[in-house]
Amino acid sequence: MIIVENVNKTFGNKHVLKDFSAKFYKGKCNFIIGASGGGKSVLMKCMVGLITPETGSITFDDRDFLKLNYKEKINVRKDIGMLFQNTALFDSLSVEENVAFPLRMFTTFTEEEISDRVNFCLSRVNLINLNKFAPSNISGGQKKRVGIARAIALNPKYLFCDEPNSGLDPLTSRLIDELIKDITIEYQITTIINTHDMKSLFVMGDNIVFIHQGNKWWEGEKEGIRSSENNELLAFMEASEF
Amino acid sequence: MKFLQNFGEYILFLKAVFTKPEKLKIFRQQIITESYNIGNSSYGIIALISTFIGAVSTIQIGYQFEGSLLPDYLIGRIVRDSNILEFAPTITALVLGGKVGSSIASEIGTMKVTEQIDALEIMGINAASHTSFAKIIGGVITIPMLVLYAMILSLVGGAVSGWLSGIISVEGFVKGLRTGFVGYNVVFAMTKAYTFSFIITSISAFQGFRTVGGALEVGESSTNAVVYSCIGIIFFDFILSQLMLF
Ligand SMILES: Nc1ncnc2c1ncn2[C@@H]1O[C@H](COP(=O)(O)OP(=O)(O)OP(=O)(O)O)[C@@H](O)[C@H]1O
Ligand SMILES: [Mg+2]
Repeated sequence: MIIVENVNKTFGNKHVLKDFSAKFYKGKCNFIIGASGGGKSVLMKCMVGLITPETGSITFDDRDFLKLNYKEKINVRKDIGMLFQNTALFDSLSVEENVAFPLRMFTTFTEEEISDRVNFCLSRVNLINLNKFAPSNISGGQKKRVGIARAIALNPKYLFCDEPNSGLDPLTSRLIDELIKDITIEYQITTIINTHDMKSLFVMGDNIVFIHQGNKWWEGEKEGIRSSENNELLAFMEASEF
Repeated sequence: MKFLQNFGEYILFLKAVFTKPEKLKIFRQQIITESYNIGNSSYGIIALISTFIGAVSTIQIGYQFEGSLLPDYLIGRIVRDSNILEFAPTITALVLGGKVGSSIASEIGTMKVTEQIDALEIMGINAASHTSFAKIIGGVITIPMLVLYAMILSLVGGAVSGWLSGIISVEGFVKGLRTGFVGYNVVFAMTKAYTFSFIITSISAFQGFRTVGGALEVGESSTNAVVYSCIGIIFFDFILSQLMLF
């Protein structure tokens, strides 16, 4: 479980996160939704430590991240997997080397064990026969899947996905959604997904946090959305109906 | 003021870079790759430039000797000293500042703007060290070797052009090369070469690492890397000459 408490973040005089608190649960797909510019990505970057908020705390199962020293922070980070919005694959490495990278850095696996683990992760995301390709030579959806394979290579406890299916066709989007949902349940990961895609929210959302202009505006299970009386949330849902 | 701030950031960057690598085996592999890449991509252009600089210096010094009473072989001696002391190390460094510097800055800058650096940080890897340490060491190994190679080729170029143009015979040139040779000059030149290679690689890595934005900014960083490397080279050329030659 990850607990975010009273986080404030400003850029210059722009107050992006306003006393933000939320909880994200283990073995569940926790969604962060909200309008563009609302602060979703900033929140996620605060949680993984790429941005340091001015105040507040972020606790990973009893480990108060912002209070840890450098070494202890690294230990938390080894438990984090992240899928970036634009995948951030290492373009100097092949698909299989991208997935092998965290294994090479942090395990004492032999070449054979690494190769087994890589093939397992790649088959988990339904990617076979692309091992030797460069990231620039595969499609957007394939890149996302390599990104997921890399993120799960070290069996993370926490998985962060920044817009996992933006820019993908609906079919591939659903595949990626299912994949994330399956591994979340299978490995009991605390998964946090930041998205605009209401369809994936209704398919796989367990716990939902709605950000409005840097405030937590609503929180709950997806069943509660339609019956909520929160105008901004309803407007947001209505806009994505078709 | 701005300069001091940048310099401070540069020092902090270097402090982050020079930390113990996560895995020595990977680090060693990276050093080999980087050294190979720098050497392999640059030896051709350095050969061309240094040979011609040597050739031109023989012709120009020969031209200034024309009609004078000085013995011919001194041409060889002057060509040797000016190439060893100045042309080979400094011009090689300036060329590599452009070539290696821009490639380091754009590689790291691209990693920065495409969030590959963030991806490293999130994995718990010191990204400054992981991306730059091996590049700096690789440069410090390879660039002085290229300087040494430039020195030799410039003397060969000088001898050949003297012979082809009839300015001085090869024997005369070689006699000049062998008179009054001071080993310390080579030490001085190599000190410059090591200094310059550190300047090129570290400044360029720093410029790449502080890139913020997109493709446009990567281009800017790469230009800055070249400009600042060249300024650093010229500046330290002056300082080291002052310190070591007088
Ligand atoms: N490094 C930064 N410097 C200054 N302002 C920033 C920075 N990062 C984000 N912001 C600002 O913070 C606000 C929230 O941005 P954020 O990227 O979190 O939005 P978002 O909710 O993820 O939007 P989207 O759905 O479009 O990705 C924006 O107004 C943005 O301009
Ligand atoms: Mg965003």
